[in-house]
Amino acid sequence: MSNPQQLRYSKEHEWLSTAEDGVSTVGITEFAANALGDVVFAQLPEVGDTVTAGETCGELESTKSVSDLYSPVTGEVTEINQNVVDDPSLVNSAPFEGGWLFKVRIGEEPGDLLSADEYAEFSAN
Amino acid sequence: MSNAPRRTALDALHRSLGATMTDFAGWDMPLRYGSERDEHHAVRTRAGLFDLSHMGEITVTGPGAAALLDYALVGNIGSVGTGRARYTMICREDGGILDDLIVYRLGETEYMVVANAGNAQIVLDAITERSAGFDAEVRDDRDAYALIAVQGPESPGILKSVTDADLDGLKYYAGLPGTVAGVPALIARTGYTGEDGFELFVAPEHAEALWQALTEAGRDAGLVPCGLSCRDTLRLEAGMPLYGHELTTALTPFDAGLGRVVKFDKAGDFVGREALAAAAERAESRPPRKLVGLIAQGRRVPRAGYPVVAGGEVIGEVTSGAPSPTLGKPLAIAYVDAAHSAPGTEGVGVDIRGAQEPYDVVALPFYKRRK
Repeated sequence: MSNPQQLRYSKEHEWLSTAEDGVSTVGITEFAANALGDVVFAQLPEVGDTVTAGETCGELESTKSVSDLYSPVTGEVTEINQNVVDDPSLVNSAPFEGGWLFKVRIGEEPGDLLSADEYAEFSAN
Repeated sequence: MSNAPRRTALDALHRSLGATMTDFAGWDMPLRYGSERDEHHAVRTRAGLFDLSHMGEITVTGPGAAALLDYALVGNIGSVGTGRARYTMICREDGGILDDLIVYRLGETEYMVVANAGNAQIVLDAITERSAGFDAEVRDDRDAYALIAVQGPESPGILKSVTDADLDGLKYYAGLPGTVAGVPALIARTGYTGEDGFELFVAPEHAEALWQALTEAGRDAGLVPCGLSCRDTLRLEAGMPLYGHELTTALTPFDAGLGRVVKFDKAGDFVGREALAAAAERAESRPPRKLVGLIAQGRRVPRAGYPVVAGGEVIGEVTSGAPSPTLGKPLAIAYVDAAHSAPGTEGVGVDIRGAQEPYDVVALPFYKRRK
């Protein structure tokens, strides 16, 4: 399992892309997707919602459990991934790509995110 | 006793297959190998291979074995023919369910009782205690067997390719001793998936060879290793109860809609008779709650313990819930007040973390295989 170097990671197992024009993409990591098992339902924040770093902003349901989705950053949601709403299995099959969850206009620069290597070490323990 | 989970004879094999393991009833068991949804579909359409070695085997032998089991359990065990099996329960004196069981009659005076892993000690203790005065021996055979199940429509063909046993003559809920892939096995046509299938009881030292042989034999038919996660969604779709969820010591078989397993007409007394007779009458005349199926109109998944609601009132509780791979919708089994239990009852919902989601009330099972 490899975590893309260009992303930053939260200890709640979300990833955050480098901002383009102030907007970053958020998803969950492959490690998290594997731990959840088949995702069957994604409740994502709505466009226009304000999300806050470290706070819940949605839910992911899998066969065995429901998990809160935490935002890795504070800002305003500009887009959600309708493909994931329609086919939540994208979170399992392509967590770092087609399975992204939402885009957020960064309101506050996140402070304590991990690098890919730091996250790899964190998730291995 | 140590608190570390026990490992089955197939533990190393599961790990080499990349299984996600889970603690289940004190055992470290495979939860899934890859996608649990794919494993589920494999069992419905092709075949799946399960390690069920956590199940607890108890052997009862002797001239009084049948009489003992007729006294200790609620079913009519004496009427089970040699080579046949029976689904039954063991209850307390007050009628509360201690466990649900499958009893195999292996010989004229030999039975194997298979208990759920989490209850095996309780069942062993209860049968042993109830054996006083009977000419029968109760033996703890939990460590004597590994249990491998091959389930799904392709399972008869797969098994036939590695055994000379007469599988065509082996009916549902029957078992016979035989040889599978060179390994001595008790071959039973039982399962917990709602599909045709077999459960193979073998000595633990033979488990790995048998697993490998079945894997090989099933390769072309699309057999895949399957974990407990899909076992749970398979049994849920098939409307089969799970101890600790639909069945507990607080409920009698009649409360669970399974009163048919209680045989009042058998010879002799049995533990719980009086309380169960009262429970049968109560379930008939004024049932407190009934076990029903619920199918979600939406996509949020009900989980065990969630309240069932109607008209702003709590009218029941979910005992099992999961997204159904076959139906493509979330399902639940729930106990609901009798007034709301009829299939098609309107206005019933499940409170999913504060939001009321609409559900359709249906009769169980959700899924029945075509024969």
